[in-house]
Amino acid sequence: MSGTALDPKTAPTFQIAAKTMLGDTQLRKNVRHATDVIQAKRARVVGEMPDWQELREAGKQIRQHTMEHLDYYLQEFEANCTRAGGVVHWAKDAEEARRIIVGLVKASRSDEVIKIKSMTTEEIQLNSALEAAGIHPFETDLAELIIQLGQDRPSHIVVPALHKNRQQIREIFQREMNLPELGEKPQDLADAARMFLREKFLRVKTGVSGANFLIAETGGVCVVESEGNGRMCLTLPETLITVAGIDKVLPRFEDLEVMLQLLPRSATGERMNPYNSIWTGVDASDGPKAFHVVLMDNARTSILADAEGRQTLNCIRCAACQNACPVYRQTGGHAYGSVYAGPIGAILTPQLQEMHHSQSLPYASSLCGACYEVCPVKINIPEVLIHLRNKVVLQNTAGVAGLFDVEAGAMKAMAMIFRSERRFRAAQRLGRVAESPLVKKDGWIGWLPGMLGGWTQVRDLQEMPKETFRDWWEKRGKNGR
Amino acid sequence: MCQEVVLRVALFITCYNDTLFPETGKSVVRVLERLGHTVEFPAGQTCCGQMHYNTGYQAEAMPLLERFVAQFRDAEAVVVPSSSCVAMMRDHYPKMAHEIGKAELTVEVERLLPKVFEFSEFLTKRLGLEDVGAYYPHRVTYHASCHGLRNLGLGDGPMRLLKAVRGIDLVELQGLEQCCGFGGTFAVKNAEVSSAMLAEKTTAVLNTKAEACTACDNSCLMHIQGALHRQRTGVKTVHLAEILAGDEGVAR
Repeated sequence: MSGTALDPKTAPTFQIAAKTMLGDTQLRKNVRHATDVIQAKRARVVGEMPDWQELREAGKQIRQHTMEHLDYYLQEFEANCTRAGGVVHWAKDAEEARRIIVGLVKASRSDEVIKIKSMTTEEIQLNSALEAAGIHPFETDLAELIIQLGQDRPSHIVVPALHKNRQQIREIFQREMNLPELGEKPQDLADAARMFLREKFLRVKTGVSGANFLIAETGGVCVVESEGNGRMCLTLPETLITVAGIDKVLPRFEDLEVMLQLLPRSATGERMNPYNSIWTGVDASDGPKAFHVVLMDNARTSILADAEGRQTLNCIRCAACQNACPVYRQTGGHAYGSVYAGPIGAILTPQLQEMHHSQSLPYASSLCGACYEVCPVKINIPEVLIHLRNKVVLQNTAGVAGLFDVEAGAMKAMAMIFRSERRFRAAQRLGRVAESPLVKKDGWIGWLPGMLGGWTQVRDLQEMPKETFRDWWEKRGKNGR
Repeated sequence: MCQEVVLRVALFITCYNDTLFPETGKSVVRVLERLGHTVEFPAGQTCCGQMHYNTGYQAEAMPLLERFVAQFRDAEAVVVPSSSCVAMMRDHYPKMAHEIGKAELTVEVERLLPKVFEFSEFLTKRLGLEDVGAYYPHRVTYHASCHGLRNLGLGDGPMRLLKAVRGIDLVELQGLEQCCGFGGTFAVKNAEVSSAMLAEKTTAVLNTKAEACTACDNSCLMHIQGALHRQRTGVKTVHLAEILAGDEGVAR
């Protein structure tokens, strides 16, 4: 599970990857423990808000309004950021974003960068592009540092190393920082990371960040974090390069009032993030002298064009849905084959790939709705999952190959059966005949063929009763009831 | 909400209850008739379309919506002993009708949906009842199916019905809000993960030392029962309607 980046184009299907994860006892224990802890904290700080549902609705309205007028707010952001001394670049896809960023780093005459935790840079696999260009990226978020040193991959949007426990982190630090005597207390590990990172903060002249929010009204950029390492990266370098998806924009500064209540409570179960950084352009007296923003599309406009999938873009990356998801809690994030795991990943990743990869992701959900319940901006994830399942079916049943799709054949046959009471009753009778060779003496089925075998691998199935309800009802009517 | 009024209740049994769980349907009839209401069964009913819709076969689900409306349009109230089928109708039928594009169908769906109730919901919300005169002398735990809990907002309705049952020893299930892992075709498409989720649920059920696990949805119960039987635990599953149908004169 190490080394290669999470890439939907090459990842195995969710079903196959999940099987491996389910066999990893340590990982499952770590994921369950971490998600339990975060969920409990979230429930506590959400529970103390009397207007939480109104806040969620406000969050939804702000995001929806922004998406409906995205072009306007992006141009407003560009104008205001430029006026404040920032340089705005536009990238239509990951490739172009990487090229722009590599060019900007080179122009800053640095062969190293310090990085703030950013899922967008993970999405575009920026680190490997930087390395290929001879630039060494240093992750400075503690969790991302663990991932980088351990040659691992992020498994959670907010807590990328959530699948690792303290002992495993200690082993990585001992090995990679050459600290054989390192203890396993949290302060030991934090001390080691601090010593390791301080030197980079002071030396490296170029920083790369993502963004939580871009504020159209002011041209400002907002990043929230817990450690303060991000603040170091935003203030110490001479050149700062921010890359953000075009979905990150907010219309007004005061929209942060809503978002900065929703986000920390949903993400880490905190009332407020310990570090909230907002900067606007450059200032001659302090901070970076050069500031660039790369605004990246990378399929977001195609998501925007889809009326039912559009709400996916409202996401503010809090990961509450991951913590709440009973599927994610069993498998962890790597099974999703994308930096965006869990329920939001199951809808975002396929849309970023225009469905051609990760067709299995919309099915990686029991549609239990726990994600929708906790989403701070009320994204109806189950609804989008069902919408994307429809897209998968349409893709798979198009053309001649579709005629031979076994599942589609069965589903279409069943739909025909349900369209007639007579056919439905015949199918009920036929089912009893068909199952009879499989029914054991005790009246239970312990083995089913083909796809249905998934059921009987851990479950039995009771044989069909001799009489359907409607048979009973008719008989009862004839007997004078 | 007056109990004195006699209602003409149309039963939508659902395709899988009709075929696999007829006892649930009989129990619904028994409870409703015991309460003095009249039960009707529109003969042309089949399936609400949930399996097709949720698996991505939207086009196939559309005619089933029209069929449901044709069968139940004149009902005074429609009772459905399956929370997920009711959730399917409430969450998706208005949008589907709009997509089909027949103006009168949209109107009919809007008119019909407020009359459609999940069984426990019909008792607690439409009739305003808790005690339906049931007797069930067994240790029982209640599983809140996700669609009932989240989509229908059943809340503690089913528990209040159960608490009023004479003789029952009701014990709370740990992790009530956790999905059992059924999820329709999810159980076969993602059998491994579904099994892992199921293992947590059956562990919780066994920890209660209950004789039976009940719910408002036989689909979750079929899944839970499948594992409880495979492990020969001796614990059974039983639909809420079958518990409420029990009375002192009926051997259960």
